[in-house]
Amino acid sequence: MRVNIDWLRDWVEFDLEPTALADKLTTAGLEVDAVLPVAGQFSDVVIAEIVSCKPHPDADRLRICEVRDDQVTTTVVCGAPNARAGLKTAYAKIGAVLPEERQIEAASIRGVESAGMLCSATELGLGDNAAGIIELPNDAPLGAKLRDYLSLDDHILDIDLTPNRGDCFSVTGIAREIAAAQRIGMPTPQVEPVSPANEETFGVRLDAGEGCARFAGRVIRNVTTNVASPIWLAERLRRAGLRAIHPVVDVTNYVMLELGQPLHGYDLGKLDGEIVVRHAKAGEKLTLLDAREIELDEDLVVISDRSGAIGLAGIMGGQSTAVDDDTVDVFLEAAYFPPPAVSGRARRFGLHTDASMRFERGVDPIHQTRAIERATALLMEIAGGEPGPVIEVVAAQGLPMIEPITLRGERLGAVLGQALPPQTVETSLELLGMGVTANGGNAWQVTPPSFRFDLRIEEDLIEEVARLVGYDNIPASPEFGVSKLGSASEAVVDEEAIADLLVSRGYSEIISYSFIDAALGELVNPGAPPERLANPISSDLSVMRRSLWPGLLSAAAQNLSRQQERLRLFEVGPQFETGAEGTTERMVVAGLACGARWPEHWDLSSDDIDFFDVKGDIEALVELGGRHAALRFHAAEHPVLRPGRTARVELGGAEAGWLGELHPAAQRALDLKKTPILFALRLDCMTTALLPAYRAHSRFPNLRRDLAVVVANDVEAEAVVACVRDAAGAYLQNVNLFDLYRGPGIDSSRKSIGLGLILQDSYRTLTDEDADRTVAAVVEHLESELGATIRN
Amino acid sequence: MSRIDTLREEGLAAIRAAADLSALDDLRVSLLGRKGSLTAELKELGKLPERERPDAGKAINEAKRDLTAAIAQRLEGLQSQQLQETLRQDAIDVTLPGRGQSRGSLHPITRTLRRMRRIFERAGFDVHTGPEIEDDFYNFTALNIPEDHPARAMHDTFYLESGRLLRTHTSPVQIRAMQAQGAPIRLIAPGRVYRCDSDLTHTPMFTQIEGLAVGRDISFANLKCLLFEFLSSFFEREVELRFRPSYFPFTEPSAEVDVLSESGRWLEVLGCGMVHPNVLRNAGVDPDAFQGYAFGMGVERFAMLRYGVDDLRLFFENDLRFLKQF
Repeated sequence: MRVNIDWLRDWVEFDLEPTALADKLTTAGLEVDAVLPVAGQFSDVVIAEIVSCKPHPDADRLRICEVRDDQVTTTVVCGAPNARAGLKTAYAKIGAVLPEERQIEAASIRGVESAGMLCSATELGLGDNAAGIIELPNDAPLGAKLRDYLSLDDHILDIDLTPNRGDCFSVTGIAREIAAAQRIGMPTPQVEPVSPANEETFGVRLDAGEGCARFAGRVIRNVTTNVASPIWLAERLRRAGLRAIHPVVDVTNYVMLELGQPLHGYDLGKLDGEIVVRHAKAGEKLTLLDAREIELDEDLVVISDRSGAIGLAGIMGGQSTAVDDDTVDVFLEAAYFPPPAVSGRARRFGLHTDASMRFERGVDPIHQTRAIERATALLMEIAGGEPGPVIEVVAAQGLPMIEPITLRGERLGAVLGQALPPQTVETSLELLGMGVTANGGNAWQVTPPSFRFDLRIEEDLIEEVARLVGYDNIPASPEFGVSKLGSASEAVVDEEAIADLLVSRGYSEIISYSFIDAALGELVNPGAPPERLANPISSDLSVMRRSLWPGLLSAAAQNLSRQQERLRLFEVGPQFETGAEGTTERMVVAGLACGARWPEHWDLSSDDIDFFDVKGDIEALVELGGRHAALRFHAAEHPVLRPGRTARVELGGAEAGWLGELHPAAQRALDLKKTPILFALRLDCMTTALLPAYRAHSRFPNLRRDLAVVVANDVEAEAVVACVRDAAGAYLQNVNLFDLYRGPGIDSSRKSIGLGLILQDSYRTLTDEDADRTVAAVVEHLESELGATIRN
Repeated sequence: MSRIDTLREEGLAAIRAAADLSALDDLRVSLLGRKGSLTAELKELGKLPERERPDAGKAINEAKRDLTAAIAQRLEGLQSQQLQETLRQDAIDVTLPGRGQSRGSLHPITRTLRRMRRIFERAGFDVHTGPEIEDDFYNFTALNIPEDHPARAMHDTFYLESGRLLRTHTSPVQIRAMQAQGAPIRLIAPGRVYRCDSDLTHTPMFTQIEGLAVGRDISFANLKCLLFEFLSSFFEREVELRFRPSYFPFTEPSAEVDVLSESGRWLEVLGCGMVHPNVLRNAGVDPDAFQGYAFGMGVERFAMLRYGVDDLRLFFENDLRFLKQF
């Protein structure tokens, strides 16, 4: 909410610079986002009158104006369409400095000397009206400084109100807070009633139950609506962010800004029969002031007449009864619609109006008539008119019940961590307009004022007292006591260790959005339908990811296009797996690698990485938890991975994830220059660890026997090693796979695998005969099980 | 000069002049080897008259001793020379780059979260996590944000076609943890959160860390103390704080906390307050027996302040030129 400081001064006294006032409000809980000047910086602009105005002989659009201030008459060439004799306007003299350091000098414009400039609002930093020069009232004093006349050294406070403080959506509401913060009494808006000029009233019936509790109205006849609102009023509206458009609208806006009570002005001539406030009928139509036709539901309250709905209660008026330039007779409305009847309704139609904002949060339910009186007086000042008496209709069941709240001093002390003297508590509450009755020595019955909708329970009052005392005056004190430590499980790998390991192996962590492009999601996980957003921010962020790979692939594509060709990326985050039993959120660590194996180096190969580099990374991850013996890679197929270079990863017999090269078709579809290797592992698998269990190591030397085992190409290395283990017996400590060979000397359908067998015993030094026996058994088993031959 | 003396002198001169190890070895063989000249002299000894033999024998042995010693000395000299040469030849350019994998990088959000977590763990807070797809109850209702409450407009919620929603804050974790564990409880809940908003200063996904402490007598004064300690620890200086009254449906009293920057500006860094009795009640904790505080902050904001990042969107663009700086 925007409010200017001069207006506040109408209601409360304070001796504070704008920034000091802003600080005071901010620390009281009304956060001031900005303190803005109401106009640009300028000097030597005075009020002057155009005495005469004639066309420029050499320019169609320009006029030559004789301009008079209180001292001299000068000639000014002006291009404004509204420049006319008799107009009082803003005159920048020679030597004046306008915003943005614009110097006004004597100039010759198409051969005519011009001594200064007549100014538009925009040229003075007074809003966005650049259509013509400023029009000042006839009684504006010639020669007076415009800054003084329009009080342009004023400032605007831009206040970010929290949703609980509907009572501060007005000048008087903020004035109340300023008063309380200064610990002076609350200002009560005093409004002089306007005596009726006749007895004319207009019928109003409340049929909406709790949907409308009070309705004040007044007929005002013979209003002159083809006049513009005076500049002081337009200026205040402008400073609040509104534009002057029509005297009736301007006055209702002004009173709303000042008192916080939304009003509506109907063109009386367009009303058909009495006004009935009722719930809408399902399917009923209403054309709003913004010309939009909406369809209504039964939970909406409408203002209606015989023609049907003519306004959406507390939100926006209807087009059919709106005031316009031909309006002569007006019916003013100031009603109280309780928050439950308005909340959420505006949002349903994409609306967020000054009225709905206030009614949703709560408008003071007792001062509707006061608002009518204030509006009447203003309207008559601007546009004349003959008011009838104010009528007020009440449906008491909709009025809020204000229950007294018990506040215990002891409770207040416990919550704040600091006891406060009873006198401080009492005074603070009274300064905020509450009724306070002592209830024993250190407890009170507190009745909140009618305009506060946010005070319901004891804690609300504690906050009010703390707020007024100042949060900064509550001490900071440490807590005592030790909380339970629980058991510190060691059978886990910290997620941090996983990230750290990947980082030390060259990977950079990314964070990508959990929602992705549907097509990319379909490319990676065809089939299962993803969770779809009902209101995505854009189509490329419209479905929940079922894998982390889309984010990694997008990041790879972007980086590759920015000359980053050696990529190691990883992410730890959730994927949203959909299945028959609903959506499962699974935490995954996933990565992508492409480009050179090593950073460019004088002594390292510039080869690109392959499957086995990334497999090594996974093995290292699993080693963190000491579970490498339980790790298996099975040749498998995955829709987005290259057949023949894809493995399903299993850990301890459980599915742990995938590893593989991106499918060439997907690489083409994504237009990637490099072939990425991708992996994805369930985080719960990776964070499960084995506790180290010490086993005595042999003190005798070991023996090594190397074998070159030739097997068919489709025999997996793991099968060969397993076969060796099966036959080797107890001496075998380890099998090292040190060579893989295909080529001359070996049948092209076969490959040679070099194995180093490490043999050792715990009780004695092994002999060559021991080793030979073991090797013989192994060879025999390899031959019979895998059809292997041994190469010499 | 006897023949032996000549042999000795000539031998010693040749040894001194031996240019390398093989020349020296050749000399050793030609002088002292089985067919060497001195060995030959020894063999000739028997032919001498008996009376001359002791002197001649002695002279030969002395010559042999001198030559052996000279060879050993020269050998040592030549070996040391050769080592020097090898060392000279094998010298490397120690300024060449080392070999191995280069380090990757940890995302600045992760870095920041880790520091926060360490600080809070020192204060006895356990890390709790929860689902990111939530329902209305946990994200709103349990947190004292009933339907049509204006506060719901503060949260631009992403809804799923399934009717559920993406959590707008990590506060649902508080409810789930209290339901599961009851009070007393001290937890932090870091994680991804989502709001339907995207511009210069908003991304549709961002990271929050929330804290909750509920006990018999945990007060607002305790909250002030904890946050002062946390923020001072995080920013590595004794920060000046400002607690401003504010509004969150799930806390009462509520506050927003500003830190005075080194340039003298107040920077809003987090929201906090005393847990609203309705929230405790909704999570199955008796508000007459327990009270406590909660706080929540945006991790991106802290990372920006900490590392001088001036554009929020950089965190999610995953550009290596950005990421590699952390």
